[in-house]
Amino acid sequence: MKVRILIMPKEGLLDPQGRAVTELLTSKGYKIGNARVGKVIEMEVDDSVDIEEIAQKYLINPLIESYKVEKE
Amino acid sequence: MKFGVCVFPGSNCDYDTYYVIRDVLERDVRFVYHNETNIKDIDILILPGGFSFGDYVRPGLLASKTALMDAVIDFAQKGGIVLGICNGFQILTEAGLLPGALLPNINGRFICKDVYLRIETNSRILTNKLKKGEVLRLPIAHHDGRYYVDEKTLKEMEDNEQIIFRYADKEGNTDSRSNPNGSVSNIAGICNKEGNVFGMMPHPERASEDVLGNHDGLMLWYSLIS
Repeated sequence: MKVRILIMPKEGLLDPQGRAVTELLTSKGYKIGNARVGKVIEMEVDDSVDIEEIAQKYLINPLIESYKVEKE
Repeated sequence: MKFGVCVFPGSNCDYDTYYVIRDVLERDVRFVYHNETNIKDIDILILPGGFSFGDYVRPGLLASKTALMDAVIDFAQKGGIVLGICNGFQILTEAGLLPGALLPNINGRFICKDVYLRIETNSRILTNKLKKGEVLRLPIAHHDGRYYVDEKTLKEMEDNEQIIFRYADKEGNTDSRSNPNGSVSNIAGICNKEGNVFGMMPHPERASEDVLGNHDGLMLWYSLIS
């Protein structure tokens, strides 16, 4: 099974990359706001693998990041 | 007293740190490699700067999961003295040995310059040869140095004298102009509650000899060995 872990900077934390994207697109005339830049980790996993455990124990810093898991 | 300088793939201040301990402080020191698990001969561990594991995923994350870091966590929990400099600080926060996290600099750039630091306490072993309020000049060189911690923990850290350095100007004033990277409350260096684990973004090992034009870092090393 293929899974994706979507990692985002936590709500309320300043995200300079997201701010830069917002400023770029706004300056080009697009009506957008509050862009935020995260990252994706995609992997093949066996059905027995606890993806939540992997995310929480090895990949996520809960102080600064939130995440969600997508399964294909 | 024996120092250990931890070496991860991508550490790059390891030899500078080793050199200062061996040749300037004239203390016993050895490199400790990322796959080692026996560090019983070490009294003071330094996690040097660099880009361990290429800073992949988050700076310090992959190093914090190595076999050596399991031993370092055990060492620290038993009261051993640990100092993380720059990437070493990031590794210690990722390992949960220090509160908070280090985020990308607010200006999105790698910053390499000298900064002034105000000593916030001399009741901890890293600064006991200095005076509270004294100002040091040390270099910083990082992309992810924006210290972040929640307000409640920050208050506890302040009450418990865990803030060791704040970014300041030459006169010791701390304000947004003297904050190079957007750190919460101008924080540049901290310790844990017990006072045996330290993390700082500036590089004392790059400022410990007159031939380099600056020896302000020396007093931190002298404090550590006194």
